[in-house]
Amino acid sequence: MSDVMIEAQGLSKNYGSFAALKDVNFEVRRGEVVGFLGPNGAGKTTTMKILTCFIAPTSGSAKVAGCDVFDDPMGVRKAIGYLPESTPLYTEMLVLEYLEFVAKMRGYKGVDARKRIKKAVEQTSLGDVIAKEIRALSKGYKQRVGLAQALVHEPDVLILDEPMSGLDPNQAAEIRGLITEIGEQRTVILSTHDLGEIQQTCDRVLIINRGKLVADDTPEELRDRVGGSKFRVTVQGGRSDSSKIRDIFGKIDGVHSIRERASESDSGELLFVVSPSKSEDLREEIFRAAVKNDLVLLGLRRDADGLQNVFRELTTGEGGSLPAKKSAKKSTPVKEEE
Amino acid sequence: MQSALTIAGRQFRSYFNGPIAFIVLIFSLVLLGVFFFWWPNAFFIRGRVSVRELFSIIHYTNYLTIPALTMGLIADERASGTLETLLTLPVRDADVVLGKFLGTLGLYTIFLALTLPYPFAINTLGTLDWGPVFTGYLGLFFQGSALIGVGLMASSFTRTQLVALFAGWAIAIVFAAVDLFLPLVPAGLTTPLEFISFDYHLTDFRRGVIAIRDILFFLSVTAIALMVAFRSLESRRWK
Repeated sequence: MSDVMIEAQGLSKNYGSFAALKDVNFEVRRGEVVGFLGPNGAGKTTTMKILTCFIAPTSGSAKVAGCDVFDDPMGVRKAIGYLPESTPLYTEMLVLEYLEFVAKMRGYKGVDARKRIKKAVEQTSLGDVIAKEIRALSKGYKQRVGLAQALVHEPDVLILDEPMSGLDPNQAAEIRGLITEIGEQRTVILSTHDLGEIQQTCDRVLIINRGKLVADDTPEELRDRVGGSKFRVTVQGGRSDSSKIRDIFGKIDGVHSIRERASESDSGELLFVVSPSKSEDLREEIFRAAVKNDLVLLGLRRDADGLQNVFRELTTGEGGSLPAKKSAKKSTPVKEEE
Repeated sequence: MQSALTIAGRQFRSYFNGPIAFIVLIFSLVLLGVFFFWWPNAFFIRGRVSVRELFSIIHYTNYLTIPALTMGLIADERASGTLETLLTLPVRDADVVLGKFLGTLGLYTIFLALTLPYPFAINTLGTLDWGPVFTGYLGLFFQGSALIGVGLMASSFTRTQLVALFAGWAIAIVFAAVDLFLPLVPAGLTTPLEFISFDYHLTDFRRGVIAIRDILFFLSVTAIALMVAFRSLESRRWK
């Protein structure tokens, strides 16, 4: 089997006269965790429904694990684990009963089925609630049942539609950890609104807006396009030191520009926003420069909303545009180091 | 086929996880009791050891109760979103329709079994001819399966259970009431119209006769309804 696990070519979908997807192309390789990002109604769910063969594209084609969604929907369904948006489950069933049903539907019986269910339950830490009715579970547990259901057959491809929505931060962190763990061996494609989520879990980001794919890159590279991430540096000092400090940081290699943020007068602190020319982690250089020049560094933080800017830029206004798109299809996933 | 049976089993069990099955079963049995013993002509006044009235009553209550059993089959799954989880499992749409149908047919068979005390009780009052009892039940089984098909079809059109219920009743009433209008239609239309009447096709069964023609009629209605349900389920892909 080739390395490409998901391949979408010219996917379009019209609902009546409304074009939900317009000529979407992308590839996802084995072992990649890809985040699908976009505002509500951009076409994320539609794309996922097409990839899972729930609906058919109006034009274009898609292959999942080598199976065409038109020619071999059964092959596609066998290869995927799918968690639809808002985690629809048979809430009147017990957790175990439900997982048994799914295993049976996937053709597993007896000992094999029990082993697989046991593994999925362990992976999702559902052991405590296995004999409970699904409707009695909290949102986080329901989400885990949804994940367990998608994992029973150890699929090559996992498609998760907003797996983290509505979870509290602790629950989200758990699910995130789980996804990262699963993503080490399998292909995961997940949609979300949460940019922090993407930065932490995904190797690559697809941004979709009004049915069009407007970006396909690693989170790092996307940040690059809007000038990369910025660094907020707080230094002890008064007004008079301002230009001197600016010079010191300005000499650091890779610094593009420095802005001073207006701080409260005479608080003894100065805040600078340092923009690098490329997406580079300059924290060490900034620290060393400060030490060398005997500056008291009170704070040094990498600005997290780099992606947010990209998102805003690409998804507001008609269609959105790509500033300096480098390669049409970024192939090798670059693991993001944070 | 294995998937269809798995779905049927889940559907059957899920009836008993909620109130609907119990409500419908109890309601049907109470209704049957009321009609059989008191109204419009009471069993003890009739004074006949026969199950014909019994089967006639069940055939009428079926129009009322079966659409209530089928209303949620697809509509509810569509509303709650579980249809998506179900249809993205490696299962054919046809198996889903068939599984839902069989699950409800199972529940209906339980209902028929719960009415068995009637013939046994009647038998204690005289000598009951068991032939028509058997064929009568066979007829009701086929009529029930046709109604389940119709109800399933109605449920496949919508995401609202209530709409499915009323659509089911609306279609069922055509099969139920067509008899009443026969005197009003031109002579040429009587025969074709009579042919779609469920009651007409049950007459032989109640008399103790198994006619292939009647079985084929009910099977055709079932098959057509399931086919439409299948198409309607499948149409989501192209909308």
